[in-house]
Amino acid sequence: MKTTYRSAVHDAIADAMRADETVVLLGEDVGRYGGTYAASKGLLEEFGPERIRDTPLSELGFVGIGIGAALNGLRPIVEVMTVNFSMLALDQIVNTAAALRHMSGGQFSVPVVVRMATGAGRQLAAQHSHSLENWYAHIPGITVLAPATVADAYGMLRTALTHPDPVVIFEHVALYNLSDDIESLEPTDIRTAAVRRSGGDVSVITYGGCLPKALEAAGELARDGIDCEVIDLRVLRPLDDATMLESVRKTHRVVVVDEGWRTGSLAAEISARIVEQGFYELDAPIARVCTAEVPIPYAKHLEQAALPQVDGIVAAVRSLFGESPR
Amino acid sequence: MIDFVMPTLGADMDEGTLDEWRVTPGDTVTRGQIVAVVETTKAAVEIECWHDGVVQELLVPVGQTVAVGTPLATLLEPGEAPGGPSARPEPGAGDTTEPVETSPAPTRPAPAAPVGHRLWVSPVARRTAAALGVDLKGLTGTGPQGAITLHDVEHAAATAHHETPKPPPPPQQPVSAEPKSAAQKARERGAAMRASIAAAMSRSKREIPHYYLADEIILDTALDWLTDQNAGRPITERVLPAVLQLKAVGLAARKFTEFNGFWHDEGFVPASGQHVGVAISLRGGGLVAPAIHDVSEKTLSELMSDLTDLVARARAGSLRSSEMSDPTITVTNLGEQGVDSVFGVIYPEQVAIVGFGRPAQRVVAVDGGIRVATTTYASLAADHRASDGARGALFLAEINRLLQQPGEL
Repeated sequence: MKTTYRSAVHDAIADAMRADETVVLLGEDVGRYGGTYAASKGLLEEFGPERIRDTPLSELGFVGIGIGAALNGLRPIVEVMTVNFSMLALDQIVNTAAALRHMSGGQFSVPVVVRMATGAGRQLAAQHSHSLENWYAHIPGITVLAPATVADAYGMLRTALTHPDPVVIFEHVALYNLSDDIESLEPTDIRTAAVRRSGGDVSVITYGGCLPKALEAAGELARDGIDCEVIDLRVLRPLDDATMLESVRKTHRVVVVDEGWRTGSLAAEISARIVEQGFYELDAPIARVCTAEVPIPYAKHLEQAALPQVDGIVAAVRSLFGESPR
Repeated sequence: MIDFVMPTLGADMDEGTLDEWRVTPGDTVTRGQIVAVVETTKAAVEIECWHDGVVQELLVPVGQTVAVGTPLATLLEPGEAPGGPSARPEPGAGDTTEPVETSPAPTRPAPAAPVGHRLWVSPVARRTAAALGVDLKGLTGTGPQGAITLHDVEHAAATAHHETPKPPPPPQQPVSAEPKSAAQKARERGAAMRASIAAAMSRSKREIPHYYLADEIILDTALDWLTDQNAGRPITERVLPAVLQLKAVGLAARKFTEFNGFWHDEGFVPASGQHVGVAISLRGGGLVAPAIHDVSEKTLSELMSDLTDLVARARAGSLRSSEMSDPTITVTNLGEQGVDSVFGVIYPEQVAIVGFGRPAQRVVAVDGGIRVATTTYASLAADHRASDGARGALFLAEINRLLQQPGEL
């Protein structure tokens, strides 16, 4: 059955709310409007205003409410419209949610799930197009997820709602319309990276909205005889080093594709880990394909030029081969 | 102080091996003097020095392979006092400039290798070489920026493995010094030449939008004229028809400047002289296209003796650096091999190659009549970025016109 990423998120919320009456959803426009990205359409009608709460435009306030509810026994899903607005709630997430288990000596847990849209590509300009997953991946005490497939959009949210500690989920705006033929949606793990395409010549490591681009580039390179292994990180904190290194031991070459800006990026962290743990397996420098270090432009052609694209991934992969026969 | 550096002897040359020094410290050198011999993938090339001065220090020993641009020796300028070897400024010493804020790293590794870097070997290649007992020093890197990769090491190990085991050396001979046999050296050079031709020609077809024009040129007038001229010369000084073609190309290239020069990143740069590269096939396979300098300025006799000398030295593998790097346009002549016409592949960064096929008697229509004449097919392959077909046609027509007026040659 054809299912979209959008409806997979919707169904994960609905199924979780049916299965567990402590699950509640709160955020801007999640109720009457059905969610900015229509992920909660119809849920107000089914579950009522007690469990589907429209909130004022105050991320600091309503993320705090979610944390308080979690401390008191509920399983709140807090939808923050985009990662850009989550900066207003950084204090709640970083100083409160991530730290309370540690600061209370294990007495309190904060089982809150914060969902937010991320990424560029829809001409929403510099203030609505960030990819700040790495900010959250920096923080001990939270788990950071980036589902990039329809199955994971459902499965990772369901599993996140069973996790005892805070989970932040990034849904890339370019993925909501992604569709896939899936028998039945099931919970999926929130610990490991996944090999989305197996190959022997180069490991292309990516996550979220760049996964479809990486797979397309791999298809193009395959026609030239370059066999890419494409790894979908899925979990941005804690990173699954084992899967990455197993791949590097096979391919000896790495390209990291990350929609974040290069400086201080997740791509930088991944590169460092591979060099720390797999230096003697490398046959070429690690290449990174990241977003140009500019505020994301509004104009469509400039925005596209600033973001990682298939051509850039193909070129980065080719740069690792020199004249070597393949 | 002048740095004498490893010159580039063609677009496909990245490094060279120093074969011989022809000077020692303290020698006075003059502009144009041959100071060293460098082994490239194509030939052993005599390297000229382009400065007057006194040799102060030889920095690279014989046998060492270094990248293009690496200083080979230092020269003192005329009148400069010797400062001793330590006078070379240490990098960073006394550097008072403020550190420049570095911009974000480029996506791709910088293409240009720093001068004089240590042998670049990828980590996994180094580890594997140690495990397999492969000596990295003898390997040519094919990886990014010329680094030695896992493939290079595995290939070397496989090749060594397949060679028949050598009999143990006689005990009285020192085991360590085992110079490569001439045959082995020639074999290696052949393989390396194939690789460098492959690289240059692939680059040409990848980057240069070739267009092709051809014309049949009646040679009767030129050949008759040449027979008359040669009648008055001793046999050893007789001029071959190929020399007329070279001169005609040189003169035409002087008039049509967009076929004589180089296409760089920033566009076409015409050359000041007409240095015509002559494609010479080598007996062991492969080819080189060294230049005859200033073709348009030289007499036919001078060109004939230059050509004879060049072919002999090319086949002996002793060309000069300026001959390798200077061609501004190339001529290829496959007439001797019996083909009617040849459409050349431009040698980057040149922008044109003129081809001549076999001169033969053919039926031609002239002035409303039919007669048998000796003709050749001339072709032009030119870079469409630098010139257009209409100019190419005029250029080819000029070559034809000159060959009909041999007195102008």
